[in-house]
Amino acid sequence: MMTTTLTGQRFVHLEDYSPIIGAPEVAELRALAASLRGHSIQMVNSTAVGGGVAEILTRLVPILQELGLSIRWDVITGGNDFFEITKAFHNALHGAPHHLPPASFETFLAYNEQNLARLHMDSEFTVIHDPQPVALIQGRNHPSGHWIWRCHIDLSRPNPAVWQFLEPWVRKYDGAIFSSPEFAQKLPIPQYLFFPSIDPLSEKSRELDPELVQGVLDHYGIDAGRPILTQVSRFDRLKDPVGVVRAYRIVKRYFDCQLVLAGGNADDDPEGELVLSEVNEAAKGDPDIHILNLPPWSPVEINALQTASTLIIQKSLREGFGLTVTEALWKKKPVVASAVGGIPLQVIHKYTGLLAHSVEGTAYQIRFLLSNPALAAKLGQQGHEHVREHFLITANAKRYITLFLNLLRAG
Amino acid sequence: MQKAGRPFQFLTASYLIRIQNLKATTLAELGEGLEGSSDASIFYHTFQSLSRHHFLTQGFSSDFAQWVLAACNRAELAEQLANLDIREYTALAELRTDLRCIVRDYCERHPPFATQEAFEAFSFCEALEVNTPLGREAWTLGDFCEGLETLSRASLHYHFIASRLRLHLQTNDFSYWLENSLDLPALARRINRVDIYTNTLESVGAVLTNLIREELG
Repeated sequence: MMTTTLTGQRFVHLEDYSPIIGAPEVAELRALAASLRGHSIQMVNSTAVGGGVAEILTRLVPILQELGLSIRWDVITGGNDFFEITKAFHNALHGAPHHLPPASFETFLAYNEQNLARLHMDSEFTVIHDPQPVALIQGRNHPSGHWIWRCHIDLSRPNPAVWQFLEPWVRKYDGAIFSSPEFAQKLPIPQYLFFPSIDPLSEKSRELDPELVQGVLDHYGIDAGRPILTQVSRFDRLKDPVGVVRAYRIVKRYFDCQLVLAGGNADDDPEGELVLSEVNEAAKGDPDIHILNLPPWSPVEINALQTASTLIIQKSLREGFGLTVTEALWKKKPVVASAVGGIPLQVIHKYTGLLAHSVEGTAYQIRFLLSNPALAAKLGQQGHEHVREHFLITANAKRYITLFLNLLRAG
Repeated sequence: MQKAGRPFQFLTASYLIRIQNLKATTLAELGEGLEGSSDASIFYHTFQSLSRHHFLTQGFSSDFAQWVLAACNRAELAEQLANLDIREYTALAELRTDLRCIVRDYCERHPPFATQEAFEAFSFCEALEVNTPLGREAWTLGDFCEGLETLSRASLHYHFIASRLRLHLQTNDFSYWLENSLDLPALARRINRVDIYTNTLESVGAVLTNLIREELG
């Protein structure tokens, strides 16, 4: 087992955000952060690449560093057995049945203890992301340190066995952060609402040269002259890629469109290959369905595919937040998405996109927007403003600064 | 240019959102929640929600009104709740009382709707304020105009909207300073009349700046 410590590379400067969010907002961030100079902060999660949490931390850490905060990011590691267990936990916390033997809980704790032996958990503010490293709290040794558990998962209907195992660990924290009020639990500690975020200057979200976009379409054999419906997500049953294919087949009766299912697999997701084969089977025989199993870090390709799309779908069955929705809204794309998890916080029905609750509903909303391009454009524009206001990395940085200031002032 | 007796200090406020262990699944429970929730919660779902959704000038800015419409499908009650203008309140207790009265009266007039299950629950949250000086002050109307031009949306909300609860007056920080420190009561009144419901925060800032520029000539 290895422990990786990432310092966070600086790709852009804070001032580069001024044209996007406004210079006053950047100045405000600096003013808020000034009171935190000299205080140490530590972020811990379970993967450096792939998945929304790693993407957020890749950008958040350098921004907080540039604001003068002393922050580090540590990644726990473990064997395949650990990640199979944590994947099962992840699914169970989303409400799936739990089939792991009792020994899996012991294995989970053993890996946490091994990581604890290698990590220096001595910061004033420690933020532990998701369940994988939750038991690191037993290593709390800073006399006045604050420990916060940041849960990115939809906990609205957790499997009782897994939650009962995790809850005693969570109770040891000074607070918990959730992406939606619906995910909050009956806990004796304060629970805070934080939205995840995207970085508008990242490779995945910056504006691309149209020639580059066309090049990506050509590379994958996608026709820019016909409507392109796209779902970007890793190949995971909870993202319901097979349901997307079914919705597309309904839409296809009315519109000569194409479907792009673009995804990859994160380091901590051993189930992806199986789901990918299920999707290939469902899509068999239709050359207008493009299933793209991209490498874990393919930001420009993802960006180009989203940019070229007529409409973005996110037909998740469960969703922590759905950063792919955020990315689509930022690109002013009309979005049709499931009303699950954090998606309704982003897709305000009829204002910033359309929500659906079934394969049939998803297909109907897609048909409606393809038939009403002016409305689709308006939803996209309002979605863009919604993201600018709430879901950019700068807003996330502000929330963490506000949390730390609040904890500091409360003593 | 006339110098004020005391400077205007530009501050900003950032809000930590805390999720309360309080939910409503019916209108009757909403009424109970309005009674049992904290002042910080009433603030979050009314004053703060106006700021959160300022870019959508259509629809309701009150979370309570939006939930009653979207999750309970009770348009009449939603409109009554949305009709409460937060500018008229200088204390959250008064706003809470009026919200409770409207919900209670509606439930009494429509008992079947009071206990009808909503499509989704209403989760009470509260906003914990952290305010910070921006390190900028204005002694003259010119300084003030420059400061206003470089003000963040959160700072504008803090000084122009949330300020009533601090001052306990039917005015805002800007108008209060202009009237009491620069002796410009007419300008103060014009600024206090700017509509925060039909403008985005950016456009409110632009309107205020224009009013001050007109005064400066």
